[in-house]
Amino acid sequence: MSEIFWQRLDRAARSITPFGLTLFLVILSVVPMRIPGYAEIAPVLALMAVYHWAIYRPNLMPLWSIFVLGVLQDLLSGVPLGLYILVFLTVYGVVLSQRRFFAGRSFLLYWLGFGIMAFCAAVESWALASLWHLSLLNFKTVFFQFLLSMGIFPFVAWVFLRWQQALLGPDQDVS
Amino acid sequence: MEQRPSALLRLAAPLRSLVQRFMYLGLIAAAFGLMLVGKIDALLIDRMRAEVTNAVAPIVTALSQPLATISEAIVAVKGLSTIREENIRLTQENANLKQWLLVARKLQAENVALHALLSSVDDRKPRYITARVVAGTRGAFANSFVINAGSGDNVRKGQAVLNDQGFVGRVSVVAKHSARVLLANDINSRVPIIIENTRTRGILAGSNTNRPKLIHLPPNARVTTSERVVTSGHGGVFPPGLPVGVVASVNDGGVEVKLFANYYKMEFVRVADYGLSGFVDTSAVAPGAGGKVEKRR
Repeated sequence: MSEIFWQRLDRAARSITPFGLTLFLVILSVVPMRIPGYAEIAPVLALMAVYHWAIYRPNLMPLWSIFVLGVLQDLLSGVPLGLYILVFLTVYGVVLSQRRFFAGRSFLLYWLGFGIMAFCAAVESWALASLWHLSLLNFKTVFFQFLLSMGIFPFVAWVFLRWQQALLGPDQDVS
Repeated sequence: MEQRPSALLRLAAPLRSLVQRFMYLGLIAAAFGLMLVGKIDALLIDRMRAEVTNAVAPIVTALSQPLATISEAIVAVKGLSTIREENIRLTQENANLKQWLLVARKLQAENVALHALLSSVDDRKPRYITARVVAGTRGAFANSFVINAGSGDNVRKGQAVLNDQGFVGRVSVVAKHSARVLLANDINSRVPIIIENTRTRGILAGSNTNRPKLIHLPPNARVTTSERVVTSGHGGVFPPGLPVGVVASVNDGGVEVKLFANYYKMEFVRVADYGLSGFVDTSAVAPGAGGKVEKRR
């Protein structure tokens, strides 16, 4: 009886870690880094998490949790509320519908997939923010932000892949 | 008997995907709705922002501490290699500054005497609240940061924020123990300025880049590069004379200003309380202050 209880607790604790990790990245992205030139093009770290978990464990990252993470990202970073909610939801939706294309292939393809999604996200966020302010914002900053995201992604992805192997076990369904 | 669950499943699967699709569209619509709410009632969203930031601020502060230590260590090690040149430079600068000190003392005495002669009204002396920068966002979409002092520490909306280099921005949202500072280069920032030597008035407008622009300059204003730009005090929001930056470039695209304040290095800032109340009183329209509105009617 108690063994089953502990097993359940253990499984529950493990299965909320994708959300917890993403939440951590949302908070980490607003911590001032004090590296010259970094802050202007600091990547949206949570986007990497949304992409990764949408491919590998969408059942542990339901839609509403993506929404909540988007709200937090918007409120903490000071951008117009709704901006990153829409970006996260778009990335999640597109990746989920194209999951077979991304999952289980080579790391390079997985990285390339992130590149495509991150670029779309950059364009989308730029368009939304420009619409919100009713003036064309500087796309150059957004583009460099995208490039930096591409560079940082392998490190974050490596942590995620190891995490999922160590704590979450094999995927139940890739359908 | 075995047919029933599978039939149910066959029915349940499309139903589930249908519900999910509706939920997806619903959430997207909700996000657009929130954007609209933000456009219509910015104060409501600001208060939400303040509360959420206030709740997360301790975590962010804890995370920022080790990072600050690391960057301090890097700076210290870097400084070791240039310690001799730095010493020579500082000695020279000190000699220069001592001469300036003599000039300044003389001017101050003269100024006091003239003030007394004309019986002019003194500017108010500010009270400073020093706070640590705990979170920040820069970039194309927003330029603001969060400090760990709030309404509990007498920080009020609209107060000027300075560091040792000059004007940084203004307090835009205040919670109990934290406040958000809108930087001078944010697209929503407008600061009344004056060019120090020529006394040309204008507005410093942020554009989410490193170089905010001067707008609303008089038609025939002559502005040249490397002129100092300071706050003008017009509108009664900021006190006059705070150093803002220097004119970096003048061309057809407008006049661009390089700010004195170096944002990436900023660890501590001072919130200046000058007791000015020229800022638009938002408490009257805030939902929380309904009672006040009733009274006025």
